[in-house]
Amino acid sequence: MTTGGLPVPGRTARPPEHRQESTNLADILERVLDKGIVIAGDIRVNLLDIELLTIKIRLLVASVDKAREMGIDWWEHDPSLSSGQRDLNEENRRLRQRIGDLEAARTRGELENGSAPDAEAESRPEAQPESRPEAQPEPVRRRSARAREERE
Amino acid sequence: MSLVWLYAVRHGGADRPPAGPGVDGERPRLVVEGPLVAVVGTVREEEFDEAALARAMEDLDRIERLARAHHAVIVEAAAEEPTAPLRLATVYRDDEAVARMLRERAAEFAQVLERVRDRQEWGVKVYVDAKPEAPAEEPASSGKPGTAYLLRRRADRDRGAQARERARAVADRIDETLAGVAAAAHRMRPQDARLSGRAQEMVLNATYLVDAEAEEGFRAALAAVEADGATVELTGPWPPFSFATLGES
Repeated sequence: MTTGGLPVPGRTARPPEHRQESTNLADILERVLDKGIVIAGDIRVNLLDIELLTIKIRLLVASVDKAREMGIDWWEHDPSLSSGQRDLNEENRRLRQRIGDLEAARTRGELENGSAPDAEAESRPEAQPESRPEAQPEPVRRRSARAREERE
Repeated sequence: MSLVWLYAVRHGGADRPPAGPGVDGERPRLVVEGPLVAVVGTVREEEFDEAALARAMEDLDRIERLARAHHAVIVEAAAEEPTAPLRLATVYRDDEAVARMLRERAAEFAQVLERVRDRQEWGVKVYVDAKPEAPAEEPASSGKPGTAYLLRRRADRDRGAQARERARAVADRIDETLAGVAAAAHRMRPQDARLSGRAQEMVLNATYLVDAEAEEGFRAALAAVEADGATVELTGPWPPFSFATLGES
């Protein structure tokens, strides 16, 4: 049955807390996709797809390069707990290389009149975000093509 | 041809459909079955059949529009009556199929609606400075840079672990405090820092089912948490998405 009924004045007055546009999309998706009553309707929307979707959403909205870690164990794996540790692996590699060089130098006795390796390593400035080697040229081309279109 | 999109099931308000607009721009309707009232919308089949929905799920913009419209109708539907929100994309062939489902699950819905009656869901996110503190002291130099490096690395790792442990403890304590005031509590995965745009780390992303009468106490508990130095973000009230689950007692 469909309800007609009396016109109710004030129905346009929404609850004061209703701020639809400003509500964080992630907050909404967390609820409408992950929560709420689950019933299989007549139209089958595979729930596995919904699960996959939330992962996709996390990939797109939340965290492109960390979704896998987030999906496994956020606390254990999230390097952004310390933003200084983002490039840990790279820093690790560089420092190991440096130490290898220094220790090799020391064994050759060349360090006697050199500078203190520790201080040098410590004062190394924070690495600038380097251009990612995996950056794909394809989207860039497309973007610039689009930019050209817009200019025309 | 058209299909029927299901937004929510509630008790009462059988003469007051939400104004909408719904997910297909439609004005929501009601399907009444005994004491249960389903809030539905008539949507175009070509946009909401299996193939179309599968496509929609690949399109984040479309998902956002669907999610926002679905949410908005449910917020309206839940304003005055105990309401059980449906998960996104629950679609039936016609009103009779909806009514049949309501008949079959009447007892379950009655139970769910009783659980959320006069209660609202509040989302709470807590942020703290989770950065490890600066090194307190350099490990004594052993004269071997390799050893010093390893000691530094270990100290870094320990500080990181300590920061995580502290953040976890803060989250647990706050969650415990708020859950004590709430009728029910549910923890979600903290959102990524890039979503919030904050420098601080989200250590708690939880949601609470709070009695209307207990709202003041809940807010007071939150204020106490805030006074303790954490940054707190309150969202809501939400329709009870996280606490309306069939088949639970």
